[in-house]
Amino acid sequence: MNSRRRQVLQGTGGMAVMGLAVAAGLFKPGSAWAQGAAWNKAAFDTRNMNDTVKALGGAGATESKDIVINSPDIAENGAVVPFTISSKLPKTQQIALLVEKNPNMLVANFSIPDGTEAGVTTRAKMGQTSNVVALVKADGKFYYTTKEVKVTLGGCGG
Amino acid sequence: MADPMKIRAAMSGDKVEVKILMSHEMETGQRKDAKGAAIPAHFIQTVSATHNGKVVLAAEWGPAVSKNPFLSFKFTGGKPGEKVSVTWVDNKGDKRTDEATIS
Amino acid sequence: MRKTWEKAARAALAAAALAATGVGAQQKSAIEEIERYRAALGDGNPAELWEARGDAIWKEKRGPKNASLEQCDLGLGPGIVRGAYTVLPKYFADTNKVEDLESRLVSCMVMLQGFTPEQAKKDPYGGPGKKVAMDALVAFVTSESRGLPMKVAGTHPKEVEAYDLGRQIFFHRGGPYDFSCATCHGVNNQRIRLQDLPNLLNPRDAKKAYTSWPAYRVSQGEVRSFQWRLLDCFRQQRFPELEFTSPASIALTMFLAKNSNGGTFDAPAIKR
Ligand code: HEC
Repeated sequence: MNSRRRQVLQGTGGMAVMGLAVAAGLFKPGSAWAQGAAWNKAAFDTRNMNDTVKALGGAGATESKDIVINSPDIAENGAVVPFTISSKLPKTQQIALLVEKNPNMLVANFSIPDGTEAGVTTRAKMGQTSNVVALVKADGKFYYTTKEVKVTLGGCGG
Repeated sequence: MADPMKIRAAMSGDKVEVKILMSHEMETGQRKDAKGAAIPAHFIQTVSATHNGKVVLAAEWGPAVSKNPFLSFKFTGGKPGEKVSVTWVDNKGDKRTDEATIS
Repeated sequence: MRKTWEKAARAALAAAALAATGVGAQQKSAIEEIERYRAALGDGNPAELWEARGDAIWKEKRGPKNASLEQCDLGLGPGIVRGAYTVLPKYFADTNKVEDLESRLVSCMVMLQGFTPEQAKKDPYGGPGKKVAMDALVAFVTSESRGLPMKVAGTHPKEVEAYDLGRQIFFHRGGPYDFSCATCHGVNNQRIRLQDLPNLLNPRDAKKAYTSWPAYRVSQGEVRSFQWRLLDCFRQQRFPELEFTSPASIALTMFLAKNSNGGTFDAPAIKR
């Protein structure tokens, strides 16, 4: 356990402990944090993908063509950018959405139990044009793919 | 108190397609109000959807999920007339649970 | 002086328009991507949250008379909501006035629920952390006209009068830039950056514009009504603030609503 995680542990008590426990793989996804009990603060504080992967309990991530990010290439307004992320990787367990140039990279992390399709649609805020990353945990390993989305704040009027 | 969610659950082939809209500010904590004071962060942190007591989707969210969040996904094993229940909890401990019947 | 402003404004608009006329392949594909963006948002429009809230407020017993709005006559008879928005604005004998949706809701709150007009008009628009009844009611009532053709009668003498006044306001120039609505909305294919400026005098654009409000404004995270759209364009025009439910705003709505007749109502929509 690195020192940063220990700080989090000491700093925020129970919630972080739960989050780390999940991150460390002590609980199966779909059990503990599915009850709304824990939130992985450490993962939401990360500023680059490697740290996010670590906070989610992995060592590193490999690029994969089996993950698809479906979104418009240009968003008219960064306040709402629609994404559908799907994975063809066998035993997909988690799907996370990251925006590289946001103050904190991780937007959302979904846990996909057996019987649920490995695809989610959601909407994210983007402060500016940026690469987005879809990070997938499948059969215990992490994989990712990226795509650039341009943000035009454009136009006048409210 | 938080407004009800708008949940749709409908058969799509042999799967149930669930679409959820939630009423929430999803405040990042990085914005300032008209007087220049920081607006405190207020956002949904965890979401879970269950069907017949089984979790069909669980999520952890940060403040970068858009205001009035939308979420959709599909799962197998549901039948028309059965219920899908969704719960969210935010960083202030507010929570809300709503249900929809699969059509 | 006025003429100079006008020239400057015209030039600015011409420049904006030119930028659009010279569309290269790149800009064209950008426009297509933006269309894709808008389409992706159409599924799961947060305006539905306002519609649901409005439905609940419509049925809720409120005000000094502890009554709901369920018996409100929106133009098709007491209690009929389906299709009502397609016939508004309309002359109402009980108030002896032409009323648009918002002013009619105010009248019903006064007549049925016993609110004072001031109370009923107090909070026309919501904002961050502020949810108001009016926005939600407007979203609910308009959603009940989705898919139906606009058919504003405009035949009663007071309706004719309102329409004519609305047209005059549309062409009235004033303010520091000497703008009228027609300056920005009376020419085909005008554009400010990626924003289309509908030519509201051309039936196709007039239908499309009127039938796509109210809308969830992504930039604001709020549902905004047609009234609000007019208020905002008054602001863009540097005109005095358009008063909520004022005769001027009802007249302008009458002019634009009637010009959209035949168009299929398709709102609450979602816009950037
Ligand atoms: C300075 C130029 C300007 C003037 C003058 C102006 N508008 Fe607008 N109007 C705009 C712009 C720009 C938009 C698009 C705004 C957007 O998409 O955010 C717009 C949008 C609209 C729309 C909505 C169109 C749609 O399809 O969503 C209506 C209706 C409208 N204006 C009516 C009016 C009326 C009525 C007036 C006169 C009171 C007026 N405008 C004056 C610039 C102007």
